[in-house]
Amino acid sequence: MNSFWIATIGTSVIAFALKYAGHNVPERIFAHPKVQSINALIPIALLSALVAVQTFTEKSQLMIDHRLAGLAAAVVALLLKAPFPVVVLSAALTSAAIYNWL
Amino acid sequence: MSRIESTTLRDSLSVSITVGAYGTAFGAAAVANGFSLLQTCLLSLLTFSGASQFAVIGVLGAGGGALSGIATASLLGIRNGVYGVIMAPRLKVKGFKRIVAAQITIDESTAVALGQEVRGEKAMRQGFWLTGFGVFLFWNLFTAAGALGAQAMGDIRAWGLDSAVPAAFLGLVWPRLKTNRDRALAVGCMIFALAMTPILPAGLPIIATAFIAVAVGLRK
Repeated sequence: MNSFWIATIGTSVIAFALKYAGHNVPERIFAHPKVQSINALIPIALLSALVAVQTFTEKSQLMIDHRLAGLAAAVVALLLKAPFPVVVLSAALTSAAIYNWL
Repeated sequence: MSRIESTTLRDSLSVSITVGAYGTAFGAAAVANGFSLLQTCLLSLLTFSGASQFAVIGVLGAGGGALSGIATASLLGIRNGVYGVIMAPRLKVKGFKRIVAAQITIDESTAVALGQEVRGEKAMRQGFWLTGFGVFLFWNLFTAAGALGAQAMGDIRAWGLDSAVPAAFLGLVWPRLKTNRDRALAVGCMIFALAMTPILPAGLPIIATAFIAVAVGLRK
């Protein structure tokens, strides 16, 4: 079994376990404000790191290429309050244009 | 399910279709990052949580190992557990129904349910089930469509798919950046992850930022 299969199955099993566990614990466990604060901050940290790594690295090397243009287009779309599919699409189109014609 | 409030139905359907359509981006990105069609569809059926799914394909696509991918995806999946804690007392289901409810406990089903609070507990339950099932249906259909489309593309960079993934992450994090502390954390984690990329094995720089989030959360 290769790493892609392990990742697919492992992620799925833990994802369900987390959801199911939530349905089986009393609500008061989650009442502490610091727990709520950390719960809101973890997605911000991970998703931001993923944005950076996916845009500016290639095989563990830092790299600036056509993906920067794609990300810039996404930022513009978000600033214009575009819906999610428009954000992704404008990034892809801009990135493809730079990749194909420069 | 008896009579459904038209507002609840409208909220559920509009969220289901628009969110489900993002499945296209996931399906295409997963194939672009080296996952097979079957693995891609299984992730949407079984993991069924957009951010976690994008995370695992992102980490493996960047050369990270299975464990790094699973860890990052699972840290993002914790919030679904929290939604379960919030929804369970309102859904009041047991056995098989609880298993089904758990699987469709995601950002959108919880958000629509909480949005129905003014219309009462029954409307909340209806919003949860309708949105959960609706997103599940459309998310999986569009995932398959996106994966099939990407398979037919060849060089994914020529189609901009290598930029679609970070744009998707940005779209997911953007609405969460409400305070200056949130924005500082986001920028700090981006810089940290990039600085650690040449040093740490792929995937670890991303997971490590979770500890920054914990440290920031504990300080305040």
